[in-house]
Amino acid sequence: MNELTPFWSAWIIAITLGSIFGCYWLLASVRSNKKHPNGEVPTTGHVYDGIEELDNPLPRWWYWKFVITVVFALIYLALYPGLGNFKGLLGWTQINQYEREVAKAEQEFGPLFAKYQSTDLVELSQDEKAMRLGQRLFSNNCAICHGSAATGSYGFPNLTDNDWLYGGEASEIKTTILHGRTAAMPAWGASLGEQGINDATQYVLSLSGKATDNDAVAKGKDIFAANCVACHGQDGKGNKLFGAPNLTDDIWLYGGTQQQVMQTLRNGRAGKMPAWNEILGEDKTHIVSAYVYSLSHQE
Amino acid sequence: MSTAFDHPTYNYSVVRAFTIMTVVWGVVGMGLGVLIASQLVWPDIFAGIEYLHFGRLRPLHTNAVIFGFGGCALFATSYFVVQRTTQARLWSDTLASFTFWGWQTVIVAAAITLPLGFTQVKEYAELEWPIDILITIVWVVYAVVFFGTIMQRKMKHIYVANWFFGAFIVTVAVLHIFNSLSVTAGLFKSYSIYSGAIDAMVQWWYGHNAVGFFLTAGFLGIMYYFVPKQTGRPVFSYRLSIVHFWALISLYIWAGPHHLHYTALPEWTQSVGMVMSLILLAPSWGGMINGVMTLSGAWHKLRTDPILRFLVVSLSFYGMSTFEGPMMAIKTVNALSHYTDWTIGHVHAGALGWVAMVSIGAVYHMMPVVFGRKAGEMHSIKLINVHFWLATIGTVLYIASMWVNGIMQGLMWRAFNQDGSLVYSFVEAVDASKPGWTVRVIGGVLFLTGMLLMAVNTYLTVRACQKEQELANTANTQAA
Repeated sequence: MNELTPFWSAWIIAITLGSIFGCYWLLASVRSNKKHPNGEVPTTGHVYDGIEELDNPLPRWWYWKFVITVVFALIYLALYPGLGNFKGLLGWTQINQYEREVAKAEQEFGPLFAKYQSTDLVELSQDEKAMRLGQRLFSNNCAICHGSAATGSYGFPNLTDNDWLYGGEASEIKTTILHGRTAAMPAWGASLGEQGINDATQYVLSLSGKATDNDAVAKGKDIFAANCVACHGQDGKGNKLFGAPNLTDDIWLYGGTQQQVMQTLRNGRAGKMPAWNEILGEDKTHIVSAYVYSLSHQE
Repeated sequence: MSTAFDHPTYNYSVVRAFTIMTVVWGVVGMGLGVLIASQLVWPDIFAGIEYLHFGRLRPLHTNAVIFGFGGCALFATSYFVVQRTTQARLWSDTLASFTFWGWQTVIVAAAITLPLGFTQVKEYAELEWPIDILITIVWVVYAVVFFGTIMQRKMKHIYVANWFFGAFIVTVAVLHIFNSLSVTAGLFKSYSIYSGAIDAMVQWWYGHNAVGFFLTAGFLGIMYYFVPKQTGRPVFSYRLSIVHFWALISLYIWAGPHHLHYTALPEWTQSVGMVMSLILLAPSWGGMINGVMTLSGAWHKLRTDPILRFLVVSLSFYGMSTFEGPMMAIKTVNALSHYTDWTIGHVHAGALGWVAMVSIGAVYHMMPVVFGRKAGEMHSIKLINVHFWLATIGTVLYIASMWVNGIMQGLMWRAFNQDGSLVYSFVEAVDASKPGWTVRVIGGVLFLTGMLLMAVNTYLTVRACQKEQELANTANTQAA
């Protein structure tokens, strides 16, 4: 963390302690234990629109409450970082508090996950206890995009339908989760023009039997052959090397209406699955991979 | 010493205008509050209408209640109090009138631009730069009128209520100007000159002192006049006034970082913000003690005087929320309470319980005076009493439901399974909050109903006062 320059550090210490001691000085100097004879409390003699002010002393309990908070503040500033560059006697920082908590959690929970490390993924996917762990890991980390039932949503693949962009073998799933995936569907609007986008869309829709304009399909076929087959293949069945989707199965990541497909073609898409190795570590990723595999392999 | 000094005729016309608008903006602002509270229970009520989206109505609610309702209450009472406690007429009628029309323009501009989506996205400082400039001008003129009047006072000393009003006016000017500094990009767009953690710190230096000076110091000024006037008793302790005033205004300025615990804000800043917030407990309570102890010897009046009840209950809520605040500023407590409904509950304990109730009490005292009757002679005292109970029950329902929700959310977010994973997903905590949000709507509706009764009572009082005035005028003409 950045150090303050000596001047600013000293400045902060001075105004902080100055404010605290200043408040105490104010309190002490205004306090008066003077007893008023025969219990009569005089007024200050000022009158404002009929309002007078009594000269009652500061309530004792209130005075001590004030003093206690001042003492607490000084002790706190001695123990914790607060006075400029002074780090505090405890050496506490919010970062090392976090690191201590994580280390403790690792120590406590780590073995729970580590023991499944050498179990084969497919076999693990049948292990009820491990899959309970996997389900919780999934809820905490994956459900935010893929949904708590793992059925996905717009832009986030359904993980229960056994339709895979990057391959559905257990080991392929694990690779996806460990290292993440970055998909890149280019934007074709500029090079194909609106007519071309329309024709190509009709052809793509025809692959799942949804075309509405046969002339356009014929024209779109040529466009597809010239531009799309490199990733999606001659037959439009996709290629897991690039995460290029199968266009013939009527399963759509970004929607399958004519409008939506046109938008995908025109502007492109950039799907992003984050890499979880850094966040979850190998052991937990192993279990969550088996869990994701189990979602589409339930008897 | 006699109080029957000669004094010039006071400028009550600007006080009347601000008093009426206090009630109007109160109804509007709290109505908006009920609306957005309902949106949290029934999210689809305005589905598809961007102008009525929660994200646009919420800042409109906060601006309408803080600057519309609270602001008008402060203008009205400070102009009223400064004249009566200095026995001088406002320094300039024209400038005072300018502050009225300028301030109403600000609120109306907020009501137009916020739903349209123009915002600086700084909480409680959302208004775009042209409106910010108007606020600055109005505020400087306000300061000129206020301090100009103080300069013309008929006595040597300055009454404690005016210390608080003065501190509030000066500090709010400084806060508003420095937090709003920005680079413009067209008429309706600007970018803050601060960035990152500095921007966050400046924003919460402003944000917390909007609470500390706008919503606390200013309203303590109200308290220091209306509580002794309504009870007819001397202020409890001048010494206490001195200590708690100076300690309060010097400590509040430090408290902002407690809004940014466990963030990228440097740790020394967080710690200093936390300890200053804690020391603030005693100075805050100083105001409550001075107000409540002023009632010694007059407690029996609470039985018959609903206006006094408003004032005293507002002090109880003030004491409660200024105890809660320092506790929530402690890092360990904050780790649980931060980002939950507890914060919303805390704010409303102050906003409904303290700020609104003390203003309502003051308006009920002041309105008949400025319309030509004696203090507190509203058309219907019974309606004030009903208003009091609606407001009290509404506030209690509001804050109790938010405590329950807040603590529940905090605990759900940090609940772990035996394998170290979280027990609840975020949406489960949202789902569990729904009953509390429903209770909040009920509390809000009760409070709003009270405000509507106040509007009715205001209308009837003003109409009756005008008739009395006409009769008096006719009588005078005939006598002449």
